[in-house]
Amino acid sequence: MAVKPLLTKDFATENLAQLKVYERTGGYGGFKKALEMQPDDLVELVKKSGLRGRGGAGFPTGNKWSFLPKGVYPRYLVCNADESEPGCFKDRYLIENSPHQVLEGILIASYAIGCNLAFIYIRGEYLPQHDALETAIAEARQAGYIGKNVLGKGYDVDVILHRGAGAYICGEETALLTSLEGYRGEPRLKPPFPAIKGLYGKPTVVNNVETVSNLPHIVLNGADWFKAIGTPTGPGTRLWCMSGHVNRPGNYEMENGTPIRELIEEHGGGVWKNRKLKAFQPGGASMMVLLPEHLDVGLDFDAIAKAGSLAGAGAMVVMDETTCMVDAARRYVKFFHHESCGKCTPCREGTFWMANIFDAMEAGEAKPADIDLLLDIGYSIDGRSFCPLGDASTWFPRSVIKFFRDEFQQHISEKGCPFKKSVEEAVA
Amino acid sequence: MLAKSTVTQIKDLAQRYPSKQSAIIPALWAVQHEQGFVGKEAMAEIAGHLGLPSSLIEATASFYSMFLTKPEGRHDVVICVNAPCMLRGADEMAAYLQRALGVRDGQTTSDGAITWHSTIECLGACGGAPMMQVDHRFEENLTEERIDTIIERLRQPVPAGRASGAPAAEPPKRKPAAPKRARSEN
Ligand SMILES: Cc1cc2nc3c(=O)[nH]c(=O)nc-3n(C[C@H](O)[C@H](O)[C@H](O)COP(=O)(O)O)c2cc1C
Ligand code: SF4
Ligand code: FES
Repeated sequence: MAVKPLLTKDFATENLAQLKVYERTGGYGGFKKALEMQPDDLVELVKKSGLRGRGGAGFPTGNKWSFLPKGVYPRYLVCNADESEPGCFKDRYLIENSPHQVLEGILIASYAIGCNLAFIYIRGEYLPQHDALETAIAEARQAGYIGKNVLGKGYDVDVILHRGAGAYICGEETALLTSLEGYRGEPRLKPPFPAIKGLYGKPTVVNNVETVSNLPHIVLNGADWFKAIGTPTGPGTRLWCMSGHVNRPGNYEMENGTPIRELIEEHGGGVWKNRKLKAFQPGGASMMVLLPEHLDVGLDFDAIAKAGSLAGAGAMVVMDETTCMVDAARRYVKFFHHESCGKCTPCREGTFWMANIFDAMEAGEAKPADIDLLLDIGYSIDGRSFCPLGDASTWFPRSVIKFFRDEFQQHISEKGCPFKKSVEEAVA
Repeated sequence: MLAKSTVTQIKDLAQRYPSKQSAIIPALWAVQHEQGFVGKEAMAEIAGHLGLPSSLIEATASFYSMFLTKPEGRHDVVICVNAPCMLRGADEMAAYLQRALGVRDGQTTSDGAITWHSTIECLGACGGAPMMQVDHRFEENLTEERIDTIIERLRQPVPAGRASGAPAAEPPKRKPAAPKRARSEN
């Protein structure tokens, strides 16, 4: 197991974003093949492949598709390109390099579930990526992949590209649908799940950019081929967005199950400045911190969960020995406070109080009781929030208190950040 | 008053979606693209063209952080200081930029060239941290020298034919960025 270019295998090809070039690499072959199949067989194929959603939760894609109630139309496919989880930048990379691969995946999924109108919801800040998709959609329409009676197969499909406007919560699927309907992007109660009552009250599938990008390859090569890559419960590859204190940050597509050590040490070139690894965080801002002793854990949903964190949306934030863990947690807590939509009290108030305490830690004004107070606030948010944003706001800070409680104590006893001081002393 | 082309765009949008309400956010974008911000009057106009109450347009617009409510400098800059960027020195870059511009949060330089909004949350460029966003274009792997170069470029006088105060947040449509060839560089 190692680097395994599957979605990224043609990214070295010049002008891959252009339809003609994409077709030359075999592009749209998956969609053509799909159109020869019965939609139900396509759903079965994806089920059998074991593909799991890459948007964060890892839900089996084929199963999600099969939840749509029989005979209820219209139904919608929405591709989630809202990518706003701090630490994640893979969907951006996939769109920039191969917008047609994303589009082909969307068309395959739409055909499989019987959808004639698909949407792409892209975060507002991704303007060049929006434009790349817009161009790709126009090219695909011209070539007859989008429109009425696609490739003479009697299937009609259209794709609307919809631009968000700066709200992290709109990545959560029910908030996304509310936003797409033109309202303030607040989450909705589940159930009913979007598969039953989604966009405009109709059956809807929400799938991530990376998830759909896998589909052309699965259709072309088959379920068994896909299952042979990765781990039994996590077939395929994932793009890992490596950032922080490594020599070579960036996106790396790795076969699932590859040890984290290989990603960080070999591909990332190890920790920068010849420093030691202190901690790392898979998944994104929400996920719990892991330690050097976890380096041999595999890059895989289940393995990372077993180690005490979550693979989430494929971030890998690396922190060296000079990192102030309190400050890292403070950034994330402030992020969640800022992005809390305000709909429910535990999250709206809880993230506010956590942010205040973290600011006090940083300013040297925290009291010894504040560490346990943070934990208490965490418990009263987690499991009591309306949507997972609230829950997730507590995971990283609580894990940091668990492993680095002494750093919190130091902030209190030394009235400020011990790491900043040591940097200043080193400079002076 | 909105330009004719913007009005046409809004009316087309209303037809495009299964529900005209879905056209609100794209319509707000169209207005910001034309005017550089979305004021109360423009929202009332959107409401008129979509046949929806003004209050609904305002409620939606106020939820989203990217819609500007007042005109700003010709260029708009922010720096991300979320944890992945912080690890690579984003705080120092943000401090340097503010010193170089001589402004505080939300202020525009006296020549009207650059508005420094504030520090901002993750923009999906953590692999190129520290980063700054200039009018929706990402500038990655920042150094103090690069910041100097960028500021100098932004301070260039307005090219003839472009009124000052014209769109800052919405630059003219660009061709999509050429795909990166490197295996891992984002
Ligand atoms: C707060 C929050 C933010 C989310 N942001 C995103 C996002 O930016 N992109 C994404 O694909 N999924 C995001 N998700 C997950 C979506 O709700 C949904 O599960 C996913 O898009 C489903 O696609 P998949 O099955 O292909 O993974 C987010 C979830 C939560 C709770
Ligand atoms: S948990 Fe937070 S983001 Fe989710 S509904 Fe409640 S306030 Fe909104
Ligand atoms: S944390 Fe700064 S761009 Fe992601």
